[in-house]
Amino acid sequence: MAHILQVLVDAVSLGSLFALVSLSIGLVFGIMRLINFAQGDFVTIGAYSLLAPAAGATPVLFLGALPWPLMLVLVLTVVVVLALLTERIAFRPLRNAEPATLLVSSFAVSYFLQNLVIVLYTSRPKALSLGAEISNVVNVFGLRVAGIQLLTIGVTAVLLVGISAFLRFTSLGLQMRASAENFRMARLLGVRANRVIAGAFAIAGFLGGVVALLLTVQTGVVDVRAGATLVVFGFFATVIGGMGSLVGAALGGFLVGTVSAVLQTILPADVRPFRDAFVFAAVILILLVRPRGIIASKSKERV
Amino acid sequence: MTEARDFCVRQFKAGMPVLCLVVPLALAALVADQYGSIGVVRSVTEALIKIVIVVGLYIFIGNSGVISLGSTAFMAIAAYATTWQTCCSMMKPMVMSGLPEFLKQTTVPFAPAAGIAIGLAGLAAFLSGFVLMRLSGLAASIGTLALLFIVNVAYSNWDSVTMGASSVVGIPTYVTVWLALAAAVLSIVVAYAFQTSRAGLALRATREDEVAAQAIGVSIYRMRLLAFTISGAVLGLAGVLHAHFLGVLSIDMFFMQLTFLSISMLVVGGMGSLAGAVVGVVFLSIVIEVFRTLERGILIGDTKASLPAGTQELVLAAIMLCVLIWKRDGIMSWKEITWPLMRRAPASDAGRGAEAPSR
Repeated sequence: MAHILQVLVDAVSLGSLFALVSLSIGLVFGIMRLINFAQGDFVTIGAYSLLAPAAGATPVLFLGALPWPLMLVLVLTVVVVLALLTERIAFRPLRNAEPATLLVSSFAVSYFLQNLVIVLYTSRPKALSLGAEISNVVNVFGLRVAGIQLLTIGVTAVLLVGISAFLRFTSLGLQMRASAENFRMARLLGVRANRVIAGAFAIAGFLGGVVALLLTVQTGVVDVRAGATLVVFGFFATVIGGMGSLVGAALGGFLVGTVSAVLQTILPADVRPFRDAFVFAAVILILLVRPRGIIASKSKERV
Repeated sequence: MTEARDFCVRQFKAGMPVLCLVVPLALAALVADQYGSIGVVRSVTEALIKIVIVVGLYIFIGNSGVISLGSTAFMAIAAYATTWQTCCSMMKPMVMSGLPEFLKQTTVPFAPAAGIAIGLAGLAAFLSGFVLMRLSGLAASIGTLALLFIVNVAYSNWDSVTMGASSVVGIPTYVTVWLALAAAVLSIVVAYAFQTSRAGLALRATREDEVAAQAIGVSIYRMRLLAFTISGAVLGLAGVLHAHFLGVLSIDMFFMQLTFLSISMLVVGGMGSLAGAVVGVVFLSIVIEVFRTLERGILIGDTKASLPAGTQELVLAAIMLCVLIWKRDGIMSWKEITWPLMRRAPASDAGRGAEAPSR
């Protein structure tokens, strides 16, 4: 019993991280039909903003040296500004392009940002211990839970509630939901495209910053590739959950997290390294059974 | 007499788009081989192999309009397959202990080994396409990406036959600039034969309008599966060349970096035409070569100036974005190269240039 609960905690905390990523991809996709690969690089750059640009192996703190409330605000600001900039420079001119073109362009943006980090910081991973006191393992009802797992779950819960409240009760949120439903119709009814899309990118950037901080505390390493790996999982989660459905995106994140955590326990040790291959195969299977995801959005693919 | 002459002229005209690509490539290979340094020959060979890769991608992506992000997986499959057959007979039983007995004992000659490897890549493409081609549009792109990750995870952990994430070394290097040229020509001919065939035209029709194509009886699934299989086999050829050119093999050679590079070559050239695929490779290869040199550093007077590592990738991504924003149809604008005096364009290209995209 305790074992099952332990797996459950792992599943939920991993799923939370994926859910935050898939939600930010889903938000942008719903409105623009853009699968934003660069979301992973928002996370990466968020993490790197804690350090000062330098080639050496010993990390030089930049934002990470500040008192934590200030650090929190600044890291989030950096990532939000970055998200808005990529939207303005790269994606706005392509707004009416086909989904395939948009996909390729976000691939290019992601490649650009990733190599920008390499030029500034080199591709060597850097150790960075941040908030060591949160990482300590605590005992909750006989379960061994790392503090950061609890924090991740808590933060995700708060953010999910906050974002759904935002989408439900504010005017901009309403406009974003309308745009996700039918962008052209929403524009005809007076929704400002630029504002809505910028809003979606700002939220995606905000979530990216949060993920960056949680991930850095959890792993203690800042790595160029970390964001990309995460985004691939988040990205598959969005697809499984149902492109364009935000509830689906969050659900997909938890599902992918659960599948990973469960496979990690049930697979025999010599097959365990192949775990991710099973997760990705499951993605293809789910797509075959439900091509539009678990929660298919009502609006059809635009012809 | 006139009939025979007409026939010849028609054949010549039909083969024109291929000749216009092949002849300059052959000249480049000749010049490099006769006058170039070893470095130049290597660069030209590398570019010719890239042409095989991008033309392989084009056979599926260009004709179907579906972006496949996973096709480099077939390169990996073929590259490992040919390595298992030809590499290092002494070391093989020890470092790749998981190989079947007959592979451990025997070393296959190069040509049959390459044939088998290409066949295996084609088969892998057929089997995965069997499943993936049921998906449409974006879901298909994501499915192929999942495929790439599956192959990567599998090969990098399957230590007993792939040596895991470490490199296999000592693969015989028999690829010369002429062999690479032959392979590039072969892939171009295959691609052109496919796109002007009945099946190729049907697939191009589905690219323009899925609903209308289905209405005249084209099976999107079958046409895409056929193209995916041919594309997989051509990428297999590229994988074999890649392995026997470098002599070193690791699974991460066939991952996101190569996928991005090859897709950007296709997009920059213009993914709607064969000429676009080839021109994209040539253009970006030159750009990359220039920036590689600059990264290594050049002497200006007495001081050595060099760009930081990674600049080349930044420039590549920037070029790609600029092309997407300002010249979305790429350098060749979805057109083949035809002889300027011939007035009629091949049937396969009619329509695209003339009408505005309907979206």
